[in-house]
Amino acid sequence: MNTTIPSIGLGRVLLSVLKREISLGLRQKGEVLTPLVFFMVIASLFPLGVGAESNLLLRMAPGVLWVSALLAAMLSLQRMFATDHADGSLEQMVLSPTPLGLLVLAKALAHFLLSGLPLVLIAPVLGLQFGLDTRSLGILMLSLLLGTPTLSLIGSIGAALTLGVRGAGVLLSLLILPLYIPVLIFGAGAVEADAAGLGIGGHLSLLAALLVLSLFFSPLATAAALRISLE
Amino acid sequence: MKTRVIHWFKFASPQNFYVLAGRMWPWFAGLAAVLTLVGLWISFFVAPVDAQQGQGYRIIFVHVPASQMSMFIYLVMAAWAGIGLAFNTRLSGMMASALAPTGALFAFLSLITGSLWGKPMWGTWWVWDARLTSELILLFLYLGFLALQSSIDDPRRADKACAVLALVGAVNVPIIYFSVIWWNTLHQGASVSMKGSSMASTMLAGMLIMVLAFWMYAIAIALLRVRNIILDRERHTDWVKHAVA
Repeated sequence: MNTTIPSIGLGRVLLSVLKREISLGLRQKGEVLTPLVFFMVIASLFPLGVGAESNLLLRMAPGVLWVSALLAAMLSLQRMFATDHADGSLEQMVLSPTPLGLLVLAKALAHFLLSGLPLVLIAPVLGLQFGLDTRSLGILMLSLLLGTPTLSLIGSIGAALTLGVRGAGVLLSLLILPLYIPVLIFGAGAVEADAAGLGIGGHLSLLAALLVLSLFFSPLATAAALRISLE
Repeated sequence: MKTRVIHWFKFASPQNFYVLAGRMWPWFAGLAAVLTLVGLWISFFVAPVDAQQGQGYRIIFVHVPASQMSMFIYLVMAAWAGIGLAFNTRLSGMMASALAPTGALFAFLSLITGSLWGKPMWGTWWVWDARLTSELILLFLYLGFLALQSSIDDPRRADKACAVLALVGAVNVPIIYFSVIWWNTLHQGASVSMKGSSMASTMLAGMLIMVLAFWMYAIAIALLRVRNIILDRERHTDWVKHAVA
């Protein structure tokens, strides 16, 4: 038997998985909109909880928006592999000749585009409600833009580990939230540092470093975790 | 002359390790008991009263060893997890899961003793100090490990999944630690530190003995727990039926 598999460039595989994920996501509009609405609801709860004093809200704004973004990004993580696992296409991906890490990377990127990027775009509106000025809004967007891909990448490890496990939702948050702490610190810290008159270069560089690290390592860990979940 | 060769790898088999652990744990437990008694005696009766902190400082004889062990055990656990993933040995996963509850206990103990010490010294149960915060996060990492393990029914799959989690956690521990330190320096000045008082030699001796005692306790309890795990997982085998009968 001499079956030759037509070789496809890795870049094309990455693109086609990305396209598939995005078109699947866009067909289920609820999946994109629910985390976004969740983000807005959580952020609106804080002024109701701590009072409408504008100075306090202004000081809390970066942290509150970042924590809300963290929780919202986590909300949709569980579905990253669950639907593919249910219909069997995940097993096909594991069996395919393409490195699993690359497919996982494409899925994490799609998760960022569908749930992280909308958060980045809506964050300034919520920031305005907290009284942030234009400069701070810009820095908030920049830090979210650098940070949310890291959230998707680290989150994919947790999603793969909890695949098909009972109580996966709560478990996922317990596993992943402690790992999100550095992103939260430097993301919210960038906005606060600028408000305090300090430079933001350090914070943004560290956010970018975390992104690069997780871009390299997390697909490997996720692929290993997926293999364990499926064996 | 015939040299005696010990085949170390034979202890990678749970059956053989069960016997070895059974022989070793009483020694470590005995040492732990003796060292704890000596260490507590030194720390309560021999070590002088601290000039600044009075009697209240004596809790560090428990606090310092507990926090050291909580960090060290996480590393050992991650190392066992890595070995288990690399060589696919069953015993490694069992060792990692035997260590996790002890590590979580030490992290919890360190937080509790820290806040008991903080109340008279700092006037508050809790400050968002870099060390306290990172110890708290370490406790969360332990709890995540234990939660993941208890929610997967197949023990082999649980071991492997927990191994990936432990390794990811071990990579993240230094990142979390330094980010918390930088966060802390941005938000508030350094809290009251112990650096002001230089340590008397008996204090240091008491502390070192307590550290050793905690080491021995951790080893003894891990061996005892791994014995139970081995029995539980191998309960369908003949040798367990003989061993228990």
